[in-house]
Amino acid sequence: MEPKIGVYICHCGSNIAATVDVEKVAEYARSLPSVVVSRDYKFMCSDPGQDLIKKDIKEMGVNRVVVASCSPQMHEPTFRRAVQEAGLNPYFFEMANIREQCSWVTESRKEATEKAKALVSAAVRRVYFHEPLENKEVPVHPDTLIVGGGIAGIQAALEIANAGHKVYLVEKEPSIGGHMMQLDKTFPTLDCSACILTPKMSMVGAHPMIELLTFSEIDYVSGYVGNFRVKIHKKARSVDATKCNGCGTCMTKCPIKVDSEFDEKLSKRKAIYTPFAQAVPNVPVIDRKHCTYFLKGKCRACEKFCERNAIDFQQEDEILDIEVGNVIITTGYKLFDPSVIKEYGYGRLDNVLTSLEFERMVNSAGPTGGQILLKNGKEPESIAIIHCVGSRDEKYHEYCSRICCMYGMKFAHLLLEHVHGAKVYEFYIDIRSFGKGYEEFYNRVQREGTIFFRGRPGEITDVAQTPEEKGKLIIQFEDTLIGKQRRLPVDMVILCSGIEPQSDAQEIAHKFNISCGKENFFTERHPKLDPVATMTDGIFIAGCCQGPKDIPDTVAQASAAAARVLALINNGKVEIEADTAVIDESKCSGCRVCNLLCPYNAISYIEKDKVSRINEALCKGCGTCVAACPSGAITHRHFTDVQVLAELEGILV
Amino acid sequence: MKYYAYYPGCSMEATGAPVEASIHAIAKPLDINFMELEDWTCCGSSPLAGVDKFKAIGITARVLALAEKTGLDLVTPCSSCYTILREANDLLKEDHDLSDKIRSTLSAAGMTYNGTVNVRHVVEVLFNDLGTDVLKSKIVRPLTGLKVACYHGCQQVRPSYGYDDPEYPDWLDKMVVSLGAEPVNFPLKARCCGSSLVISEPDTAIELIYKLLQNASDNGAQAIVTTTCPLCHLAIDGYQASVNRKYKTKFNLPALAITQLIAFAIGLDFKASGLIGNITSPKNLLRPFMEAKISSTEAEAPAT
Amino acid sequence: MSDNGQATFLEQVASLPACEKINECIQCGVCSGSCSTATRWEYPPRKVIAMVRAGMKDELLKSNSIWFCVSCYLCTARCPRDIKPANIIHGLESIALQEGYKPPTKTTTMYRTFAASITDYGRVYEFGFMLKYFLKTNPLAALNMLPLAIGLFSHGRMPLTAKKVKGKDQLNIIINRLSTGGDR
Repeated sequence: MEPKIGVYICHCGSNIAATVDVEKVAEYARSLPSVVVSRDYKFMCSDPGQDLIKKDIKEMGVNRVVVASCSPQMHEPTFRRAVQEAGLNPYFFEMANIREQCSWVTESRKEATEKAKALVSAAVRRVYFHEPLENKEVPVHPDTLIVGGGIAGIQAALEIANAGHKVYLVEKEPSIGGHMMQLDKTFPTLDCSACILTPKMSMVGAHPMIELLTFSEIDYVSGYVGNFRVKIHKKARSVDATKCNGCGTCMTKCPIKVDSEFDEKLSKRKAIYTPFAQAVPNVPVIDRKHCTYFLKGKCRACEKFCERNAIDFQQEDEILDIEVGNVIITTGYKLFDPSVIKEYGYGRLDNVLTSLEFERMVNSAGPTGGQILLKNGKEPESIAIIHCVGSRDEKYHEYCSRICCMYGMKFAHLLLEHVHGAKVYEFYIDIRSFGKGYEEFYNRVQREGTIFFRGRPGEITDVAQTPEEKGKLIIQFEDTLIGKQRRLPVDMVILCSGIEPQSDAQEIAHKFNISCGKENFFTERHPKLDPVATMTDGIFIAGCCQGPKDIPDTVAQASAAAARVLALINNGKVEIEADTAVIDESKCSGCRVCNLLCPYNAISYIEKDKVSRINEALCKGCGTCVAACPSGAITHRHFTDVQVLAELEGILV
Repeated sequence: MKYYAYYPGCSMEATGAPVEASIHAIAKPLDINFMELEDWTCCGSSPLAGVDKFKAIGITARVLALAEKTGLDLVTPCSSCYTILREANDLLKEDHDLSDKIRSTLSAAGMTYNGTVNVRHVVEVLFNDLGTDVLKSKIVRPLTGLKVACYHGCQQVRPSYGYDDPEYPDWLDKMVVSLGAEPVNFPLKARCCGSSLVISEPDTAIELIYKLLQNASDNGAQAIVTTTCPLCHLAIDGYQASVNRKYKTKFNLPALAITQLIAFAIGLDFKASGLIGNITSPKNLLRPFMEAKISSTEAEAPAT
Repeated sequence: MSDNGQATFLEQVASLPACEKINECIQCGVCSGSCSTATRWEYPPRKVIAMVRAGMKDELLKSNSIWFCVSCYLCTARCPRDIKPANIIHGLESIALQEGYKPPTKTTTMYRTFAASITDYGRVYEFGFMLKYFLKTNPLAALNMLPLAIGLFSHGRMPLTAKKVKGKDQLNIIINRLSTGGDR
């Protein structure tokens, strides 16, 4: 059938029309070969806009469509659908991006219009050679992988498991719970963190649909939406989980003491340990880097005293190979290390703490039993809480860490509760108490007697200038609401350190084929309209790994990601785009160069036919094999040589 | 032999003379050649930036233009000159209106500047290009047991030059260790001596110098090893008496510029090492080290 | 731009070298909190920047505030927005001197005398500069300096005559061609 091309130039309001002379472009398009109709319209993606296309297909017999508008990322699916609804194969459609790649990046109207003409000409010449293609449908595996067992991962896991589908929950620490387990009380309700978290943790541990893989990490991921293959590295606990009853005797008998990561090094744990009492699973692990048996071959006290014979020094790491349909990444955050801010003295001066250190100290299950103590064992009489440490600062992190104002004020409340007669001072630049009940909490903390100073301290020093300052930590700051530099001596300083992505964020992103942004948080598909999806279909993100947020927002995102996964599982199938590569077996010489080059392992060699064959479901249409084939036997559907060269011609001619 | 274009700065000829002497005294023994820029003029220092910001950059640019002709790194001992030269150099390296204006002004005076000069500080050159190992190998008089507070001053490390820490630098401490002495804890090691205002606001400057002396003394220092900046050196050396008068203190902390200390440690006498020009005399403090054991691999030290 | 096309105080300051970021200040107060001499400033560094943004030129440049800056650069090293407060303070000093403000401080005289020494000799001739400064301000104050002056003389650190510097003429060509510009 002779191609009859319809060209539609979108104004996109003033986004395109203010820079590109859309009427001139439409007029130019009319003069191109095989173009039977050329229109310009304000908003092509709107219903009336789409109707223009459908009408022309039905009435004028248009059988190739070019829309010159925004990026295909935005509306290619929209227009392909419109074309399909009018009875045409959706692959007879081509989009020319004259917005992101033209009007938005060109200042001169003349230049922008010329460029738009070239882009339209390219699209027109290309679409002439388009072939009808069919999307494949692939099934969606009903199992889900969730990476990270903090509150986000736990919430998402429960949502999906409660809907009746299997979840693999992978966590690298020996227990799930994450940072939320370290907290004492949560703002603004002052709920005990462990009390609201542990019921969920128990549910996860007991849920028949959740396979809990703690002390495990992701080794390798391959596949595509609906069909991922994941290799999970299950580290050896050196304890047989089927035999262990969590009695804890091994831990009491172990002679080796190591700094407790869970207690932020404020206390010791043993070489065989569970990170905290309510661990799920309640099965200890042996830290082989510190265990005497693994270092010197001696001791074995745990084995001696274990009544269930659960200690297994010979236990080996396991690699699990699983298949899942979707992945939710909930790897959480780590705290900014304020040692680099030399003028605040963390690490150099005694009694300067980070927020997590304070959480452990104020926690009644923590290293001091909930007592607030200075290094000399006494209680502090005055405490300063510094906001924005490492945040809102071009030298460290430009972004605001969102939760520090609230947790800083929470600390003030807890201090006034725990230390009778204490004087508490908050040093802030702005108070960000944006959430439900947050401003009221700020008011409450003021009522309780906390003193607020607006001024980010210049430094924290121990060099006394007056007798009152001797032996104290002195905060030197400007009280900006008065306009004077002041020095305030206190006993203890708490630094509200910002949160940042985990140090292996880039590695995780690489494994799952998603991106990290400037600050290493995972990049969402759209910051406003699609915060839990990524650019890779089937991989979702939730919680602080996407950006700093509090517990309510984390839980909301986790449920949102779970809902997206359940939608895919519910549909049971997902469409794969048709622009894959195909091998003309009559031309294939069986050299197998393509087999090794394919980054997705989509090509295999068929021994009996002595040719290579591409698995269309795995093929992502990257084009590597197409370019490499010495016999020119591979065609890239929808990116054939003829199509691509025609597109180039359009630009150059 | 390492070659550098050397810019002493106006103060080195007068109040900074003892430090200047020590820099030239150690050059040959350390195989360095500091080649003084010919016909150099003032860099402008802080006052010019406060008088006329544009003129100030032009004045500094002349020094950079002179240095560019030599093709060598430009090294200065004065921290104030260092900061001013680096700031002007950074501004001129970027291609915009200011650098165009300055370049056309320079050419009216028959000069050019293409932004190729590397501005460096004497202390940084000694630490990075020479290294503490070389210093250690040249010691004739190990300064074992000498407790000193290492005063880096403010403009040697700030705004932020990307190497020694701008808050708690320790290059002077490391060099002092290699000379055998013991650096004490000195939290105010990179704080301002106030010299830029000592003439017009003596109260302010004396207070700042007092804080430095007090902090060094509180931490057990017997002397203060200073950077080569003539202003920092003079602040400790010359104004100590004023501090004692005003605050009724009895500080007696000789100011030993790092190059003076190096000169002494590698065997030069009081005169040759510039120490004879110090007002707060280091003679009593250093006398015991004069007779210190000479390292068996080095030649005998010259007599005083 | 204000109505009659003249630059506002803020625009004037922002157009000085290395002062462009003044509008990005979040008024956090780290500069004032770090300043070595802040207790002597009528308006500490952060407030100075606020006053520039508020257009309070006279009030600011008539005060003693900016003249206590010792260029220690703690503010500049610590500023979270990389505003370079020290550069802004120096810029304000240059505006004040160029436009003939008379704040209650002798530092203005000291700066001018320093600058004059450079145009006269090509370098700062320390003895001459100090002599001139005290004669202009308060000769009696020089008496306080006497012990130090004697100390410096006797240790050969106060040459009484200025060196002859050929480059002085070339320097003066540069000086005469430049002046505080900006959008004035």
